[in-house]
Amino acid sequence: MNVLDSKIPTGPLAEKWTKHKNEIDLVNPANKRNINVIIVGTGLAGASSAATLAELGYNVKTFCYQDSPRRAHSIAAQGGINASKNYQGDGDSDYRLFYDTIKGGDYRSREANVYRLAEVSGNIIDQCVAQGVPFAREYGGLLDNRSFGGVLVSRTFYAKGQTGQQLLLGAYGAMNRQIQRGKIKSYTRHEMLDLVLIDGKARGIIARDLVSGEIERHAAHAVVLATGGYGNVFYLSTMAMGCNVTAAWRAHRRGAFFANPCFTQIHPTCIPVSGDHQSKLTLMSESLRNDGRIWVPKRLEDAQNIREGKLKPTELKEEDRDYFLERRYPAFGNLVPRDVASRAAKERCDAGFGVNKTGEAVYLDFASAIERYGKEKALTSGIKNSDKNTITRLGEEIVAAKYGNLFQMYEKIVDENPYKTPMMIYPAVHYTMGGLWVDYNLQTTIPGCYSAGEANFSDHGANRLGASALMQGLADGYFVLPYTIGDYLSDDIQTGPISTDSPEFEAVENGINERIDRLMSGSGKHPVDYYHKKLGKIMWNKCGMSRNAEDLKSAIAEITALRKDFWENVKIPGSKEGMNTELEKAGRVADFLELGELFAKDALQRNESCGGHFREEYQTPEGEALRDDENYKYVAAWEYKGEPKNAVLHKEELIYENIEVKTRSYK
Amino acid sequence: MNLQLKIWRQQNAGSKGKMVDYSISGVESDMSFLEMLDVLNESLINKGEEPIAFDHDCREGICGSCSLMINGEPHGPDRLITACQLHMRKFKDGDTIVIEPFRAKAFPVIKDLIIDRTAFDRIHQAGGYISVNTSGNTVDANAIPIDKHKADEAMDAATCIGCGACVAACKNASAMLFTSAKVAQFALLPQGRVEATERVQNMVRQMDLEGFGNCTNTGACEVECPKGISLENIARMNREYLMATSKG
Repeated sequence: MNVLDSKIPTGPLAEKWTKHKNEIDLVNPANKRNINVIIVGTGLAGASSAATLAELGYNVKTFCYQDSPRRAHSIAAQGGINASKNYQGDGDSDYRLFYDTIKGGDYRSREANVYRLAEVSGNIIDQCVAQGVPFAREYGGLLDNRSFGGVLVSRTFYAKGQTGQQLLLGAYGAMNRQIQRGKIKSYTRHEMLDLVLIDGKARGIIARDLVSGEIERHAAHAVVLATGGYGNVFYLSTMAMGCNVTAAWRAHRRGAFFANPCFTQIHPTCIPVSGDHQSKLTLMSESLRNDGRIWVPKRLEDAQNIREGKLKPTELKEEDRDYFLERRYPAFGNLVPRDVASRAAKERCDAGFGVNKTGEAVYLDFASAIERYGKEKALTSGIKNSDKNTITRLGEEIVAAKYGNLFQMYEKIVDENPYKTPMMIYPAVHYTMGGLWVDYNLQTTIPGCYSAGEANFSDHGANRLGASALMQGLADGYFVLPYTIGDYLSDDIQTGPISTDSPEFEAVENGINERIDRLMSGSGKHPVDYYHKKLGKIMWNKCGMSRNAEDLKSAIAEITALRKDFWENVKIPGSKEGMNTELEKAGRVADFLELGELFAKDALQRNESCGGHFREEYQTPEGEALRDDENYKYVAAWEYKGEPKNAVLHKEELIYENIEVKTRSYK
Repeated sequence: MNLQLKIWRQQNAGSKGKMVDYSISGVESDMSFLEMLDVLNESLINKGEEPIAFDHDCREGICGSCSLMINGEPHGPDRLITACQLHMRKFKDGDTIVIEPFRAKAFPVIKDLIIDRTAFDRIHQAGGYISVNTSGNTVDANAIPIDKHKADEAMDAATCIGCGACVAACKNASAMLFTSAKVAQFALLPQGRVEATERVQNMVRQMDLEGFGNCTNTGACEVECPKGISLENIARMNREYLMATSKG
């Protein structure tokens, strides 16, 4: 028997979740009071599951490395959250959201999980409105929607360009309510450094208090990892500086399989890199592609003149511009999925049409949207025969109301006014679809260790659609995990409190202390960032937007060598006592140096192109991704065996019973 | 450009801190302020010294981790941004820049430029939410139409990132702008009206317990707020508080 049991319930797709909820075991309210759950990470998935589990009666401990749960990186999500409410009456349904997500993920995600996601999506919006999340509304007082990439309906709910912030503050509020009731104990400025297993079950964690430096033991009946994605393995990404893979990687080393590590999302619209000092990249929301048109010059000499500052983009005539997404993908135009848009931009820049100094940028232009909105506003305001200036002014006001904070953010970083000159954008690492392998119950291959949100691999296949990350985080946290975890915990009602005074905790804690001592005893040649930047360059150049076998092999060799160098020569000033930000970073980079290798190994075994994973050897004559469903229609779940190079591949075959597997086309 | 930096150094909460001088060269105008500090820290580490500890995370102005007082202003000289969005083009060659943590009795220093802002969490815990269960068994989202203007106003109040610049800017170290933004968000929405009385009383009580000062309507908080949270929220909270008190 395959070691991977996805535990997908039997029965028709649309009835699986209801049936499953009816059949799984429950824990009675009195017994819940005797059960403790640890939740690591307080983003959308972590905060929402903490709040809900506490509300159900469990005793919850939450952990985050930030100084407050509210600062988790879900806060930075801009554009919106999908739900199949069909408020616009444009034919949306659970099935359509399910279909779009499976297709967007290039047929590499699990049908049952994705259908459940679509099924609970509407309830998320109800829940959030009840919590006072101030979603955008129309004049009639009802909720407004906008469109996102890869779909033909308007199903995205939003709160200006700060949807993630508002949803997280809603979940943080729900968490705070339970903290006030004493049902959640929140540990901030704490980092999980290892998972503790007793008799093969996850029974606690070892954490470091980042202020005192003390190593602490925390026990529980189950551990939930909601620790986000590992995009910072690329050093430069749109993730927060502290985002890391440590919790997930430590669980992997203890037996949790890591699935599809090479499935990474490169987001097409980010502010381009400005220099070597760059520490992070800033996203410009996908919602901008509702109104912005992406282009480069048609002629190479125009592109060169623009790069040299001799020509301004606004001077280039309409017919001299190549709106390459509209040209290549007429059906979806600027709203093709992210992987498609990113590759198309890279293709143009590689061909010499890039428009900034480094040649790695394309334009995102709002001129025609400003004109369109301006004309409409002039008409509805009763202004007849309005002149161009009035139209521009009115149009700019509308665009400012929709995207004002994003335009301001752009102007502060780039020092150019995007209302007057097109934005420059370039793809950047943004999200990781891969993560800890989980079954339908969101349990990893370690009993009692669950994973929710971006940290797990489950719903997005090889490419995530815009506005689906927030949906998945909250679906997992509010509506899925709180039910499914009960099935496991129902066996624990007799267990009683779990002591941290056991040989298992002792051994793991000793291991962590030894690791910290080893990090602190490096020869002191280079700071942590030196290694992180080097790793990032290898990843971006060889495991980035396009990959090939030769580069991947050399990436593996380079990362192995870099890891060795790191452990011998890293320089960490100060001591392990008290706060030491360099020591924190070092632990994270050490884990990235292992994950990076597995990432390359995973990309190398997948001899096909699908979603965000583009292997140069496998493409159509038009340069589109060439999937191989016969041989690669599976989830690659890796088992840890001492070193990333020894990791063992397990395959979970993906079965499509409700959807016809086709070549993804957005033409 | 070359710059002189005067930076607050403090080993931990219990020790005494002091300003330390550093010079830095090769700063480029398109660096962010925090990237400038990264460069300084790299040189300190290479010399075997401890880098300057400062809170930062998203580096795009939304997580609210930044807590730097730059030349006497929270988040520095530019308006409507956090320190991580401040770029070095706002400074010129030869400038001296003074960098301190946000100062307030309720925000004790943890190390160097890092402060403890958990007082804000506790104010929020006292009532910064609507007490509905998260089970999803609620009414359809469109069952409660909300006036667009009210919803937009609630959204403006809700954009607070909890950084504490308002407290740092205030001569009284008052947390009224922070607290009132949350009170106002819910006061403006029908869902939030139900427990408006308890909310404002509980949050104000916690705010006072934490040792924040009173509001004397100076308005420095609004000027320095990176999200432009309006003073009108304070007026609204005062009205709500008065109503709550008169109700008993």
